Amino acid sequence: MYKILKKEILTDNIFLMDIEAHRVADNCLPGQFVIVRATEDGERIPLTICDYSREDGTVTIVFQVLGAGTHILSGLEAGEYIQDIVGPLGRASELTELPMDELSKKKILFVAGGVGTAPVYPQVKWLKEQGVDADVIVGAKSKNILILENEMKAVAGNLYITTDDGSYGAHGMVTSVIEKLVKEEGKKYDVCIAIGPMIMMKFVCKLTKELDLPTIVSLNPIMVDGTGMCGACRVSVGGEIKFACVDGPEFDGHLVDFDQAMKRQQLYKSAEGRAYLKEQEGASHHGGCGHCGGDE
Amino acid sequence: MDVNKRIPVREQDPKVRATNFDEVCLGYDMEEAVNEASRCLGCKNAKCVSGCPVSIDIPGFIAQLKEGNVEGAFDVISESSALPAICGRVCPQESQCEGQCIRGIKGDPISIGKLERFTADWAKANGIKPKKSETVIDKKVAVIGSGPAGLTCAGDLAKLGYKVTIFEALHEAGGVLVYGIPEFRLPKEAVVKKEIENIKALGVEIETNAIVGKSVTIDGLFEEGFEAVFIGSGAGLPKFMGIPGEQANGVFSANEYLTRSNLMKAFDENSTTPIMRGKKVAVVGGGNVAMDAARTALRLGAETHIVYRRSEEELPARAEEVHHAKEEGVIFDLLTNPVEILTNEDGWVSGIRCIRMELGAPDASGRRRPEEVAGSEFDIDVDMVIMSLGTSPNPLISSTTEGLDINKRGCIVAEDNGSTSKDGVFAGGDAVTGAATVILAMGAGKAAAKGIHEYLQSK
Repeated sequence: MYKILKKEILTDNIFLMDIEAHRVADNCLPGQFVIVRATEDGERIPLTICDYSREDGTVTIVFQVLGAGTHILSGLEAGEYIQDIVGPLGRASELTELPMDELSKKKILFVAGGVGTAPVYPQVKWLKEQGVDADVIVGAKSKNILILENEMKAVAGNLYITTDDGSYGAHGMVTSVIEKLVKEEGKKYDVCIAIGPMIMMKFVCKLTKELDLPTIVSLNPIMVDGTGMCGACRVSVGGEIKFACVDGPEFDGHLVDFDQAMKRQQLYKSAEGRAYLKEQEGASHHGGCGHCGGDE
Repeated sequence: MDVNKRIPVREQDPKVRATNFDEVCLGYDMEEAVNEASRCLGCKNAKCVSGCPVSIDIPGFIAQLKEGNVEGAFDVISESSALPAICGRVCPQESQCEGQCIRGIKGDPISIGKLERFTADWAKANGIKPKKSETVIDKKVAVIGSGPAGLTCAGDLAKLGYKVTIFEALHEAGGVLVYGIPEFRLPKEAVVKKEIENIKALGVEIETNAIVGKSVTIDGLFEEGFEAVFIGSGAGLPKFMGIPGEQANGVFSANEYLTRSNLMKAFDENSTTPIMRGKKVAVVGGGNVAMDAARTALRLGAETHIVYRRSEEELPARAEEVHHAKEEGVIFDLLTNPVEILTNEDGWVSGIRCIRMELGAPDASGRRRPEEVAGSEFDIDVDMVIMSLGTSPNPLISSTTEGLDINKRGCIVAEDNGSTSKDGVFAGGDAVTGAATVILAMGAGKAAAKGIHEYLQSK
């Protein structure tokens, strides 16, 4: 059992928690993730590490309620315990492996979409600690689902916020901000790191390929054990099968087969959605919600 | 009673059990066990013992059973094995102890596995636990992985008096016994959990959610005060065929399918962690894992096919597993090899394209090499495919441990006593041999416990 030390409600359905987990906090680096189980019979949920404190032995997770597991997790309060947390999993961001003199010369652009802001934050923060200011674009559907704005402002070089509906910051998609920065303002970047919904990463990669800007993406596919054992998280990268949990989660975005990855993500959406709806609405639910795959 | 015939063991009816996850084999009762034990010749120079990877004194425990002294029998077994209820169920006895039995020359060998199982189940039902060591050796040993190799190594070291901690990557202890082998062959609550409780009763501590190589390194364990480390981390990453369509939705590795069903309890309708239920399922492969996956899919309501490229004779699975699968209605498509997985426009499996095979000259393994019959492609209409093609070693530990040698297949190199190229580090089980059996892993765990004891005593 692992204690929840802090819980914050960031938006309607995005939550932040600090969890006491010494082994994870001692060993994690930006880019890695954990697997969490809220309760004894709960699913194993892969979540990116948003922040960590080695002194306090804590890790910060941010999650959006999508299925039964995240719904139950969101119902737990500070002072209560989650059943399991394991990690750090996956490989750390490649940036953490660069020699200092090389890293300090890099011009880095981060692109965060929605809840993807959470895994971007520790990377930007880590770079700031190394004396590197990175530019950050944060995109959200609307102002009310924008998260970690102040935290990001404190660590980013320049922060550009854009919303799909124009309710805050610029009006439009993250791709138009990238175009504006590179094409109009003539900014030059050595690398772009894009983390967010699969569809966003796909279009960012399409654009950065045209711009000849190397791009790293972080994938969060369906997973079970997170140690390479099950192969559920396999993705095609440059025509080769890779396991996101041990080979990733970060990959060269220009080599990822996003269409296939998006199809694979549908695999359990219906099954998990169904379990959630069964609990929420019982027999009264008759499909049409977009999550449960109809009245099956 | 015909002494050449073994006492038959009761099983659930195949038609009934094909629809439930209760245990297939019901085991002996006391009378049956004593009668079967009475067939044992009690050989002085018992061949069965040499066939047992953990060298249980088989005539010794059977002699106790003959007298109706089950507790005495349990004590004899416990001297050599910490997991008898498990071994009695999943060991390939026909090629080990029972394969060596003198009774087997003229008739049926003694049902050693079923007697072991009876003894262990009786001990559990009567609250008898293995005895904790009275000596205490003030040295800490770390065991990585709580599967059969790790549990055995930990149990043996604890019996010698060492302070042992097992590090388990998953949220539950047991390794393949929990995530791999299905409920109907090895009940989790009644057998595996109880057996693990017995190991804990010996003083062994288990830390779950600790992935060595990630949450802590082997060098980190030495810094934490452990003086020796045993690596029993298991088999590793599932293999795929590399054929078109393998990334389609509805294609699973057997590891994923079984882990979802067993560890995450997807077989239970009330589970919050469900699994896709195929209507027609093809399981590719012919090993024990393939049989487990096929029999699980069958129980979840699917018409289930085993697709295997060689013939029945070459099936690597135990004869008993193949027999049970057939009885339950699994269809065997032998001398058949997939060439492509067919998909619909949404990316879901719609079928599997196969080619007929025939057997040619023997290959390096001594088995006749399967060769494609040109132009014999045909489609099987399925909505789910489970790939059960074996595994390749997990690099999590080898890539984070300096000075630990691996061979060209990626397996950890270890001597017979488990010692590796790194001082104080021992290894055994699938991490060393590649995917094998529970009992071989236990044998390796046992040998390594002895190796670690000698190492620590001479240090």
